Amino acid sequence: MSDVVLDARDLRAWYGTERDPVRAVDGVSFQIHSGETLGLVGESGCGKSTLGRTVLGLLPEGAATSGEIRYLDRNLLAASPKEMRSLRGPDLGLIFQEPMTRLDPLMTIEHHFMETLKAHEPDAPEREKRTRSLEALGAMGIPPTRFKQYPHEFSGGMRQRIMIALALVLNPKCLVADEPTTALDVIVEGQILGILADLRRNFDTALLLITHNLGIVAEACDRVAVMYAGRIVEQGGARDVFAEPAHPYTRALLDSIISLGTTDLRYIPGAPPSLIDPPPACRFHPRCSRAMQVCATKFPIEVSVDEGHVAECWLHGPKDEVPEGGERRLDRAEIAVAEEA
Amino acid sequence: MEAVTVPEVERRSDSDALLEVTDLRTRFALRGSFFDRLRGRAAGSVKAVDGVSFSLRRGEVLGVVGESGSGKTTLGRTLLGLAAATGGSIKFEGREITGLSEGGFRPLRRKLQIVFQDPHASLNPAMTIGESVGHPLRIHGAVRTREEAETRVVGALERVGLAPAKQYMVKYPTDLSGGQKQRAVLARAIILGPDILIADEPVSMLDMSVRAKILELMIDLKRELNLTYVYITHDLATAKFFCDRIAIMYLGKIVEIGPAKEIYADPKHPYTISLLRAIPEPDPTRAVPRDLPRGEVPDAVTPPLGCSFHPRCPRAFEVCGWETRDLRTLLEARWTRMPEPEYRAEREIIGSLESLDEPGMSAALEPASGHTSREVLEIIHRLRADAPDDPFWKGVAEVAERGGAVAIRFHDGIEPRDVESGHSQLQCHLYDPEALAAAEAVRGERRSDDGGSPDRGIPN
Repeated sequence: MSDVVLDARDLRAWYGTERDPVRAVDGVSFQIHSGETLGLVGESGCGKSTLGRTVLGLLPEGAATSGEIRYLDRNLLAASPKEMRSLRGPDLGLIFQEPMTRLDPLMTIEHHFMETLKAHEPDAPEREKRTRSLEALGAMGIPPTRFKQYPHEFSGGMRQRIMIALALVLNPKCLVADEPTTALDVIVEGQILGILADLRRNFDTALLLITHNLGIVAEACDRVAVMYAGRIVEQGGARDVFAEPAHPYTRALLDSIISLGTTDLRYIPGAPPSLIDPPPACRFHPRCSRAMQVCATKFPIEVSVDEGHVAECWLHGPKDEVPEGGERRLDRAEIAVAEEA
Repeated sequence: MEAVTVPEVERRSDSDALLEVTDLRTRFALRGSFFDRLRGRAAGSVKAVDGVSFSLRRGEVLGVVGESGSGKTTLGRTLLGLAAATGGSIKFEGREITGLSEGGFRPLRRKLQIVFQDPHASLNPAMTIGESVGHPLRIHGAVRTREEAETRVVGALERVGLAPAKQYMVKYPTDLSGGQKQRAVLARAIILGPDILIADEPVSMLDMSVRAKILELMIDLKRELNLTYVYITHDLATAKFFCDRIAIMYLGKIVEIGPAKEIYADPKHPYTISLLRAIPEPDPTRAVPRDLPRGEVPDAVTPPLGCSFHPRCPRAFEVCGWETRDLRTLLEARWTRMPEPEYRAEREIIGSLESLDEPGMSAALEPASGHTSREVLEIIHRLRADAPDDPFWKGVAEVAERGGAVAIRFHDGIEPRDVESGHSQLQCHLYDPEALAAAEAVRGERRSDDGGSPDRGIPN
């Protein structure tokens, strides 16, 4: 296996509020190897974006973090803001959801690229900067003839591709893409997914792809991490997780996808819980169709269900940790629309 | 491939139709620059809806599907009088409703309601849910007393699942989740007892896990209240669930319309096929590389000649409307793939590319100063050798050096017209015998010109 680029251990990110803190990321661990794509999925409000921002050091002031994010030989959580600033770009790239708002309307595409390269590689000769910019744009299918145009002259899909090129021109070893296709049409989304798939073949970039759409994960990711209420509740190879989801939440997410092959509409009752005061023990138990007594009383332990495939769910044991009678079915109250997402 | 054209008039008449739309056009005038106006130059217009016809029977669900820029949202707005139709007719229960004044339209809004994509932006943040949902009652003077209004609001809220209603009436939009807000918007839309509900991407902004719930609610509402829907979306997967008929829109036109079953089982227009293929399949073992059409929806100000989809169409052929801008796209695609020095070398040979931006059936590529038309011709030959199977070359009638430039002439394009195939109607030359015959004739000419070289240009 190739090198581990990003290694997060027991990562936590809490936001302060007037009341208790929001525990948006609450003890997650994951690794991304070079040339690998990890898909991070879950509903809105499960802490996916906060996790992405924590990796990039972009949390708002007042947020507290603990744990460790190893990037090569350093801990990103211990890095100073200045260090993080110099790492963002050449080491840690980012792609946002809305390409419309991330490019400066008064700057040409050429200017965007030159500015970026000048900031991070002031010594590179002008000629080389241009060649590299055109190469990055070319890889994203943007013709060199349009180098001197302004953002408004491009369509939404092209702008997103320009954003990706702008992130890749610095050859970052790690890239965080937060819902990169959500604002785009289906065909353009497909094109961007194709580009992301090429990315892992042709570059050694480690990609963290954050999305609420499992269909996208299936197409573009090697591995998948499912996030619920601040925890990664299941993690494994994309094929394994899709073929045999271990956690009922993953299963429910898969069932709620509406694709051409869907024959009946299914959804997850209720909504993700408040992260200030999440349910005790397993956080999913109030919505879980297979909840047992133990799920409401004891925090689940991560178990390995298969090689490289782990889940935090009492259905998979460990058996000797389940208290007497804990496997009995949990009686749940009906979930009303009042709790809906 | 049986295809028959039908006379315009008899095909469209459907007296049971609740809504009858004929050749509807909505144009938006462009402002243009100050200098354009000084010079008295017209700025042109965007044909957002460009000759759309369909009829909607009571209780039917019509899906209007297309990408951004296809004109589907403008179509919805035009049906409601929120955008002024610039041509054609909309008949609601047999009565013409285009050209009505705002005052004349207002009573109709009881019958025609709309739900927008963003539930958050659709609710006034300063009004409680109860006030918002009851607002149409006040505007239309539909109730006499406060008590009556409240009864209606409670009824509407409970119908959309926001029960107990009293608990929700006093809340503000920010207190509600996305799904709950969309329920409130639906309650407001049904409170006047409409006949037709136009739903513009009602679930696109919602989380995957809630979409099914809102769709299910819409299906229930339709059944209970005998509603007729126009469901506007870019997502053919959700449309599959409750549309009886599907209309596929591209650049202001309906390119294919037919029974939903047929559209999904046997899509005909290459654009419909592409839209279906683009939907991500939640199964990594089946994620095969999808050959998606290149590029994106072109600018509606200057749409492509002939069939609007031809520049992206994998099956386009001789008569689809090939033109100068397609040559530029192809050249640029070649240069995009090239290392920079090679691109520069070629780019320096060809003079300005701007002549290719003016839509036309013939192009003249002039060499830059210090270069010859021979060199330009060689680039064109290399372009062809690199991608000899690109549909573009079927459209090229002649490439020749003429007057110090390279002249490229395209075959005459034909405007697509409505043809029928199965129970669907579509605008595609692949299904139009006349267009196929015209292409065959063109190929015949070319064969005799080339002295009988093997023919590659058979569509299909």
